Amino acid sequence: MVDIPYEGIRGIPPAEVPDVELYHPRSWWTRYVFSQDAKVIAIQYSLTATAIGLVALVLSWLMRLQLGFPGTFSFIDANQYLQFITMHGMIMVIYLLTALFLGGFGNYLIPLMVGARDMVFPYVNMLSYWVYLLAVLVLASTFFVPGGPTGAGWTLYPPQAILSGTPGQDWGIILMMASLILFIIGFTMGGLNYVVTVLQARTRGMTLMRLPLTVWGIFTATVMALLAFPALFVASVMLLLDRLLGTSFFMPSLVEMGTLSKYGGGSPLLFQHLFWFFGHPEVYIVALPAFGIVSDLISTHARKNIFGYRMMVWAIVAIGALSFIVWAHHMYVSGMFPQFGYFFATTTLIIAIPTAIKVYNWVLTLWRGDIHLTVPMLFALGFIITFVNGGLTGLFLGNVVVDVPLSDTMFVVAHFHMVMGVAPIMVVLGAIYHWYPKVTGRMLNNALGKFHFWVTFLGAYLIFFPMHYLGLLGVPRRYFELGDATFIPSSAHSLNAFISVVALTVGFSQMVFLFNLAWSFFKGEASGGNPWRATTLEWQTPETPPGHGNWGKELPVVYRWAYDYSVPGAAEDFIPQNQPPRATQLAQGAAS
Amino acid sequence: MAETVLTNPGQSPARLEGWRGIAADWASDQRAFKNVSWGKAMMWIFLLSDTFIFSCFLLSYMTARMSTTVPWPNPSEVFALNIAGKHIPLILIAIMTFILISSSGTMAMAVNFGYRRDRVRTAILMLVTAAFGATFVGMQAFEWTKLIMEGVRPWGNPWGAPQFGASFFMITGFHGTHVTIGVIFLIAIARKVFRGDFDVERRGFFTSRKGYYEIVEITGLYWHFVDLVWVFIFAFFYLW
Repeated sequence: MVDIPYEGIRGIPPAEVPDVELYHPRSWWTRYVFSQDAKVIAIQYSLTATAIGLVALVLSWLMRLQLGFPGTFSFIDANQYLQFITMHGMIMVIYLLTALFLGGFGNYLIPLMVGARDMVFPYVNMLSYWVYLLAVLVLASTFFVPGGPTGAGWTLYPPQAILSGTPGQDWGIILMMASLILFIIGFTMGGLNYVVTVLQARTRGMTLMRLPLTVWGIFTATVMALLAFPALFVASVMLLLDRLLGTSFFMPSLVEMGTLSKYGGGSPLLFQHLFWFFGHPEVYIVALPAFGIVSDLISTHARKNIFGYRMMVWAIVAIGALSFIVWAHHMYVSGMFPQFGYFFATTTLIIAIPTAIKVYNWVLTLWRGDIHLTVPMLFALGFIITFVNGGLTGLFLGNVVVDVPLSDTMFVVAHFHMVMGVAPIMVVLGAIYHWYPKVTGRMLNNALGKFHFWVTFLGAYLIFFPMHYLGLLGVPRRYFELGDATFIPSSAHSLNAFISVVALTVGFSQMVFLFNLAWSFFKGEASGGNPWRATTLEWQTPETPPGHGNWGKELPVVYRWAYDYSVPGAAEDFIPQNQPPRATQLAQGAAS
Repeated sequence: MAETVLTNPGQSPARLEGWRGIAADWASDQRAFKNVSWGKAMMWIFLLSDTFIFSCFLLSYMTARMSTTVPWPNPSEVFALNIAGKHIPLILIAIMTFILISSSGTMAMAVNFGYRRDRVRTAILMLVTAAFGATFVGMQAFEWTKLIMEGVRPWGNPWGAPQFGASFFMITGFHGTHVTIGVIFLIAIARKVFRGDFDVERRGFFTSRKGYYEIVEITGLYWHFVDLVWVFIFAFFYLW
């Protein structure tokens, strides 16, 4: 492969950039609250995202209670049910996963992995978090305003999203738009930092092709987000104007509650195009960081170099680029010009190629590896399985003729939960088990971790696998209750009850994980600096947790790629990226 | 941005030309754009993102205009003024465009004098640029007032498609906000230049980073971008 130890002998180029002067906090407030340190910002992002994510989790329990046992729970009515699905989807996709992967993992790992002292503009980075927090608070406030949050579905399609009859028409939809606009502004400030840090602030010897795949995934996802979120921004502004000022960007003339509405001449389809021009890249904004992180988890815990590093990088870039020209596969039944489906089905299926390259390379990395079934590795394996499963149903839905009968059924719900719900969450959990020792200096409890994994993995399968079957029966999504439809057999109702019981069990088992996080923070076993014996730079910091400025006096110098595991003849089964070639040879001499 | 200014221009004295040079830079360590500071890189990437925002606005407007079934008001007539008894189409917009493009000229001169460390001329030229920008926004306010007096509203107008007013207020409003932010930035940076902040590398109030004359150029990038966007709005909204 590219970077065998001896390659570094050519010498490392001199530093092109003088070392960074950091802002040094002088008080408790600037150190822990209004902090400009990317690591603190990362933890703030992660905690906020987790907190709002728990709200979305509780919403999913309420939905499952209603679906599994319709008519039993009088405190859930049809309007609330619609509000639950809307807020659950919106929070999970944007406010949890996007914020956690980019704001959380991105902030923590990018500077450490590229060998920088911090993000390039720490002050802007700090603002990014506070605007994000404001967006979350505005979103959460919709639960308390008159009429409650919007119930338009997370896609917020007009005209129904802003018409009377849709829950949250008074305040919910307005605050939702405001929150999205704030989120995009906040994200842009952070995202610019991540991109510039990766491109312009790497340490000596750290070429782009030596970056850990985690950084490649987060970097590509951030670039995509900077280009995709503008479409959502514009759609939000225009929908807000339609709702507040009575413009008709998206609103055709129609009869609302028996009277002709004030709107006329707008195009609901335009909103769908704008939304999905954002929405489809968004899927990969969530998936690409997961791809990157899982590559590093697999390589580290199988003690083997990643298979086909270059192809992995180019696959990430290719998926990112292709994802901008597939958006209308979400719109086959929207009434758009039908032959567009031809083009978009083709591009959609082409994405399967780089994705399959990645899956093969993960499996080939495992092939004859020294697999340690640690908790991060278990989650990584769980990811591969759920992702392949969700990816295969994606082939069904990408084809127009197969998609049309499956549209708006539980099959779609099962597909996207498998591929962009469960699979990325598997990576998030695995990554937390993997990097928690670096963040806190303590290991998470292993027994609790394994329990957590098995309940989550098996449970997620039991929840979402039967949903495919429900979808094939024709059970529609987003319905408050199924009633007495003749095409739905009674077994489907029993299955729904079963899914609900499992979902609640899996949901509550996450409390074990939260307990583990809290308990291990105080009582966990001390981890040392590099408990997984990993090669990447973040494990080579002089202090654990890394101090302000990350690297002590001298920035690290990188001599090799990130995957020197089990190098034949080396003294250890891993060679850190910053270990000079001469030291390696000496170690080899000692070993032989 | 002290630490971002290039002090050692590349390791090899003979830099490769053309595509090979780009490939070599991207294959190298530390930075992909060898002679670009952090601040400038960040501004360029932000402008790329902002380009997508304006593109989405303009594409949405074009979709509305092409698909509407009622006539679209004729911009030449709507934006005509009667000056000294003569009916001149688009005259106000022509003057506004002229002013904004002139402001790009003064901005470019300010950047030039900034790199020569001519504090006074740089500050004056930046303030002239800001004044042009403020004039532009003022004329836009006049235009808005005139149209509102004539009955144009976001939800309708006397001459045809309601999307005319909606798109007009949204797009020019969003662009005008950009110009206003630019004017504020120009004044703030001009003050720093005039005070000599960039000569003594005084630290920024918020960021606590040292300031350099390159900031004038970065402000200029934003300003030229706002002008360029206006050219597209002018072409697609007023001349179509």
